[in-house]
Amino acid sequence: MTRFQSRSPVLQGALDAAPFVLVIGPFGMLFGVVATEAGLNLVEVMSLTVLVIAGAAQFAALQQMVDAAPVAMVLATALAVNLRMGMYSAALTPWLGQAPLWKRAVASYLVVDQSYLLTTARCEADPDTPVAHRYAYFFGTMLPITPTWYAATLAGALVGQTIPEEFALDFAMPITFLAMVAPMLKTLPHVAAALTSVGLALALAGLPHGAGLMVAAVAAMVVGAGAEAWLARRGAAA
Amino acid sequence: MIPEGTPIWTVIFGLALGTFLIRFSFLGIVGDRPLPVWLLRLLRYTPVAVIPGLVAPLVLFPAATDGAPDAARLTAAVVTVGVGLMARNTLYAIAAGALVLYGMFWLGF
Repeated sequence: MTRFQSRSPVLQGALDAAPFVLVIGPFGMLFGVVATEAGLNLVEVMSLTVLVIAGAAQFAALQQMVDAAPVAMVLATALAVNLRMGMYSAALTPWLGQAPLWKRAVASYLVVDQSYLLTTARCEADPDTPVAHRYAYFFGTMLPITPTWYAATLAGALVGQTIPEEFALDFAMPITFLAMVAPMLKTLPHVAAALTSVGLALALAGLPHGAGLMVAAVAAMVVGAGAEAWLARRGAAA
Repeated sequence: MIPEGTPIWTVIFGLALGTFLIRFSFLGIVGDRPLPVWLLRLLRYTPVAVIPGLVAPLVLFPAATDGAPDAARLTAAVVTVGVGLMARNTLYAIAAGALVLYGMFWLGF
């Protein structure tokens, strides 16, 4: 991701995020369709999409409401799906923490899987980037993503149809995420963390509301950090 | 259908506020105060700890095939990771994965 080093960080962020439009577009459309079919009107569908901007949680809330769950249960389930964003917030703090409160607040609204992953990868590859450039890159990644998310939801709600299944766009998300993470597997602790994450997430897939993923993620972080500490100690002793 | 009388706006505003507070938690409240070394060490592994677990069930049990493992999707995932590891380049990995996925569909898998 360093080929466009000479360009402005905003543009570079937007270019790096461009492939994710293929993920966000169909996902947003699907939400628009499903939410409308569930009985939400256009203002309600768009309010959810604009105010929450977290697809998986929006689907979870929708499903719970269709199942006539109590409000507290709807909120607890949907927010549990979003807990991973607390980890993202923490992981972004060393890179984006030095900024006025309003800027951190605006950035917080835009913390999603893609902006987080791209910005972390970029800052790790180039740790000396000034804070202003990191922010410019972060906001740049959301330039293609935010409007696509809004517009796709609107299109789905209005048209009532998604892209045909033959295009297999359900698999755009796994492929783009795997393509983002594979280059980050630089060291043995990174690989150990990833394998722990996969193993535990599959083993605990039966737990409700994404709880399995949270347990798997925390365990994988401990394994990664533990392996790093162990290697450092062994290196120091040798 | 969502039952009549569901407090939809309570859900919308509750979810919006709750999600924002989750995202704001560390970034907003910790800000530029230094984090302890052990926490920074843990946080370095966040991407490789969250994303593989998020994706693994989608790769092995795709909803599009009603959860039945699918040769085209599995192969595409393996190729994506392989190219991503070797080329250290996200775009090449996406391109390779998409090529394999559609190629295998075209071949009739």
